[in-house]
Amino acid sequence: MFIDLVIRSASVLLIVALGAGAAFAQTGQTVLPSQFEFAGSWAPVGTEDVQNDSVPVDYLGLALTEEARTRALSYDESQKSMIERECQGWGAAYMVLGPFGLRISTQLDPATKRLVSYTIDPWEDWMGMTIWMDDRPHPSENALHTQAGFTTGRWEGGALAAHTTHVKAGFIRKTGVPLSDQATIDWRFFRHGDVLTVLMVARDPVYLVEPEIISKGFRLSQTPLDFRDPCVPGFEGHEPGDSVPHFAPDKNPFLDEFMKLYNLPREAVLGYRETLYPEYRKQIKSTYKPPPPCTADCGVAGNFVRRRGPTP
Amino acid sequence: MRRSLVAIIAHVFVVAALGVPLSVHAQSSDSARDRQGGASSPSARDSAPIDLTGYWVSYVTENWRYRMVTPAKGEYRRIPASPAALPIINAWDPAADERAGNQCKSYGAGAIMTVPGRLHITWQDADTLRVDTDAGMQTRLFRFAARTSTSKRPPSWQGDSTARWERVAAPDRGGSLSVVTSNLLAGYLRKNGVPYSEQATVSEHFDVAPLPDGGQLLLVTTTVVDPVYLTAPYIVSPHFKKEPDGSRWDPTPCSSTW
Repeated sequence: MFIDLVIRSASVLLIVALGAGAAFAQTGQTVLPSQFEFAGSWAPVGTEDVQNDSVPVDYLGLALTEEARTRALSYDESQKSMIERECQGWGAAYMVLGPFGLRISTQLDPATKRLVSYTIDPWEDWMGMTIWMDDRPHPSENALHTQAGFTTGRWEGGALAAHTTHVKAGFIRKTGVPLSDQATIDWRFFRHGDVLTVLMVARDPVYLVEPEIISKGFRLSQTPLDFRDPCVPGFEGHEPGDSVPHFAPDKNPFLDEFMKLYNLPREAVLGYRETLYPEYRKQIKSTYKPPPPCTADCGVAGNFVRRRGPTP
Repeated sequence: MRRSLVAIIAHVFVVAALGVPLSVHAQSSDSARDRQGGASSPSARDSAPIDLTGYWVSYVTENWRYRMVTPAKGEYRRIPASPAALPIINAWDPAADERAGNQCKSYGAGAIMTVPGRLHITWQDADTLRVDTDAGMQTRLFRFAARTSTSKRPPSWQGDSTARWERVAAPDRGGSLSVVTSNLLAGYLRKNGVPYSEQATVSEHFDVAPLPDGGQLLLVTTTVVDPVYLTAPYIVSPHFKKEPDGSRWDPTPCSSTW
């Protein structure tokens, strides 16, 4: 009887003690390896902006130069129906702006087995990315510029840091916001457990007043991501030799559409720098009127903004 | 013989059970004593692998429409709200919240880092990192040392936060701050009343990255788990730019209507 009591008491005390030990461990420090497993399938969490392309004139969250704004307003998304542009794809920045996940593989030197590069697989309309990890230099500035650009990486402070140059002149948003071939992009990949956060800092001396900074979350997928087939061009209504669809910037018929949908201030929709800082929120306090209650596509599955009305 | 063996095992258990917490307590006491005397066991402040202190400003390049202005009533796009959340979303009444003294519901720990504003991060003491926000005038305390009090505190907008450094193995430098917050009052993930419950847990990682122009960026990867009002973890990663000083610090009280 006494023995039973002692054993029972000891067990209780042991549990308490282990709990205290765990609590102590929780308040200490964790030592992480300087590198993490980057390869694998990472599914998008989809809780932050994706694409911003459901309404043609949506430049929210950008700090654009006047030239960029003018060029963006001249863009007609019908350009992508021209057979020579259908499979042009989108530039490097689309990795964090598009709706897809990341399927990443590792390439090793066959002789030394040392890491040479990581490859992020392309999607239907994104060209993928190779991150060279073997300390090779960036090519001459006169070397070929491509949609994917040229990217080198290194491990730094427990994160994978990468730098992209040699991008082809293209777009930073599918709404036609341009990115020049002088743009550079710095990336940081942070892994915390099963969450991968990708930080993009894009600089462009031609079209951005301030860097465009995007951070997007992904979760480790237990199954490989299923990617769609490569793009195959086909007839979409434009004959070879047709003029490139465009608008005169001051006559873009979609200029007010996004503003009216959500009662948004014009300077925010058109990507003015000051709209990215908290002061702006105070500035519009007295003039902003919330839109009427949401009645359609209000929930999590509503990945895109309200359906567009008839083309004006 | 058998009884004796059992008695010995029991004795070992008792010694082990008593010894572990005593040694833990002794280590904690030693740490505190060492810190006072400046000896070997560094505090959280002294052992920080990254420096988060200073002023930081929100740079709202993502979810602009959900953060810089109040979205339409009833809209909860990109939030995995559960069926239980829908009646609350559709019944959102900011004036009623204001009247009930709940104007800080969208400034709780589940949302405060996404509210456009400035952070002022300081060390309150050697083992407590303090985060003040000018938007909503909130204070968060990240405690690295276990609380000594066993009595449970009442829930609050900012809850109780336990912090831990995640240090990258030598010879590399750097690391991350991991913070887990619970004991929260029910709040809103967005200004327009998308709820999280008192059972929600907020897990955050604070990382810093250099900007190409020489500035510094703070990235806060935030995961909100709520068994009541979310069907999946809600993950966002607001970012902040470092500012040279507090000259633009502008304390503004909570508001339900704006």
